[in-house]
Amino acid sequence: MSQATQATALHDCRRAFADTLIALAREDERIVAVCNDSVGSSNLTAFKAEFPDRMINVGIAEQDLVGVGAGLANGGLIPFVSAAAPFLTGRALEQIKVDVAYSQARVVLCGQSPGMAYGELGPTHHSIEDLSWLRAVADLPVAMPADPVQTVAAVRWAAANPGPSYLRIPRFPVPDVTPPGSPFRPGQAIQLMDGNDVTIIAAGTMVSRALDAATLLRHEGIGARVLNITFVEPLDTVAILAAAAQAAGIVTAEEATTTGGLGAAVASLTAQHQPARLRILGVPRSFAPTGSTAFLLEHFGLTTGHIAAAARDIMAHAAR
Amino acid sequence: MLTADPAGARRFAALRARLAPLAPAQAAPALRELASSVRRDDLQMVYRAGLGHLGGDFSVTDILVTLYAAVLNVDPVCPLLAERDRLVLSKGHTAGALYATLAHCGFFARDELDTFAAPQSALNGHPSRTKVPGVETSTGPLGHGFPVAVGIALSARLQGSPRRTFVVLGDGELQEGSNWEAAMTASHYGLSSLLAVVDRNGLQQGARTEETKQLEPLAAKWASFGWEVREVDGHDHAQLLDTFRRPGTARPVAVIAHTVKGKGVSFMEDRVQWHHKVPTAEQVQGALQELSL
Repeated sequence: MSQATQATALHDCRRAFADTLIALAREDERIVAVCNDSVGSSNLTAFKAEFPDRMINVGIAEQDLVGVGAGLANGGLIPFVSAAAPFLTGRALEQIKVDVAYSQARVVLCGQSPGMAYGELGPTHHSIEDLSWLRAVADLPVAMPADPVQTVAAVRWAAANPGPSYLRIPRFPVPDVTPPGSPFRPGQAIQLMDGNDVTIIAAGTMVSRALDAATLLRHEGIGARVLNITFVEPLDTVAILAAAAQAAGIVTAEEATTTGGLGAAVASLTAQHQPARLRILGVPRSFAPTGSTAFLLEHFGLTTGHIAAAARDIMAHAAR
Repeated sequence: MLTADPAGARRFAALRARLAPLAPAQAAPALRELASSVRRDDLQMVYRAGLGHLGGDFSVTDILVTLYAAVLNVDPVCPLLAERDRLVLSKGHTAGALYATLAHCGFFARDELDTFAAPQSALNGHPSRTKVPGVETSTGPLGHGFPVAVGIALSARLQGSPRRTFVVLGDGELQEGSNWEAAMTASHYGLSSLLAVVDRNGLQQGARTEETKQLEPLAAKWASFGWEVREVDGHDHAQLLDTFRRPGTARPVAVIAHTVKGKGVSFMEDRVQWHHKVPTAEQVQGALQELSL
């Protein structure tokens, strides 16, 4: 995993999302895209050029967006409903619950620019609550691709999945972290590095940082296991409970609030079945100050250094 | 998921075949009779369960019965045929009227209505798509069915299919903004295969719509959103059938069906308290008599 410490090339998941959707649409005429005036920000300009009729723009109307998506699915199409994650999940939460999840409509909800990708645009445009909200909705898988390879896999998986899903597509470029041939399945984490001292469980944009942290720790003689959880719902309970049993503790890292996302899910699971020391990294229940994405990730402790520090802290407590 | 009642489905198919060639006025008596039977079942269902929304059920019954028995191309034995017409009941709290209608059409057995709202029944207080055949999307919170119906109509257009989509809306429900998002989308895409029916009974849960938040001028609102607007007596089966049989030409169609909440039972009619009041045993007897005339 030397890639983690080298100056690594960064790749654009949005591009992977758009290219894969176009490739799928060429193969399957049931694939349509639905957006809320977000053709550009959803990276769907090329899709629209190639499939003008299959690019449905409902205008700035997110409740309509998700409802129309559910209706298209009822008619036998496979709609990719794409919008900025804060508006898709916040404004249309009840449509996601009732029209999509409860109705089991085959809609792929694509949350673009999630987390704090919109940096200086402020808390109105940050999507840090979506994991808490959507984990609370039954029968809705929540996938967080960590790199372009997983974004391609996520889009292909979602298109083939007979039920609804939510894909959280990263905006800022990330390094490749996924080994070729890795599975992309609900409830299956991908182990990226082995280690029995401490485990780092990360999702989405935090996965590459978790790998870098584990590499740092390895140089210090601490063996850190890294799990890319991939689906925060359903969780890979087997991998998490094994980590809880085998290591001194678990660090979780996510670009989301700590109230109900990955960390909260791991805490709930381990507290009930295999109590473990936890350090939950994410955004506390607060609105972000003004700043760039990089500034905000630093501000909220979502960096390689913070992840490594949390792992050291676990090791220090375990030694007492 | 409930399954079809084959005998009921056969009777339904025969009724549909009989009504299909008839002019609206000739079909009306059979529809009226069916609607009375649906209201009687619904009344007893709500009485047994101790909950329900009889006022809105009875204002929408004639609309639902006319659509299922004489307009929609649906097959209760194969409720998911790709080329079926779709009906979305957006005012999901009137599930009682929908369930009783679906049962009369053979989508499931009529005795299933006895389970309404009982533990583990498929017949929830609001219709669930995954439990009740004939339900196209789960509804309950208002303002949900219309955007879904727009998506359904869009799918038909993309597939070049002639199938039609109907959505039944409450009037109070139109206070939800999502409906107007959907209305704009439908007219922008020129969805002439889409027909929205407004059950204009004038009352919402606590008061008249016009006292709560004014809807008028309602026809002008729809027209200004680019819809063809028709107004009918929502309890006149001939008028309902005539208008439902005629799709729009270039634009989606809004039918404002003027109705009476609690229609068919004198002590319920146009009374706000019958939004979700449950009748006593004595009231049930009186209501059944009126509904059997």
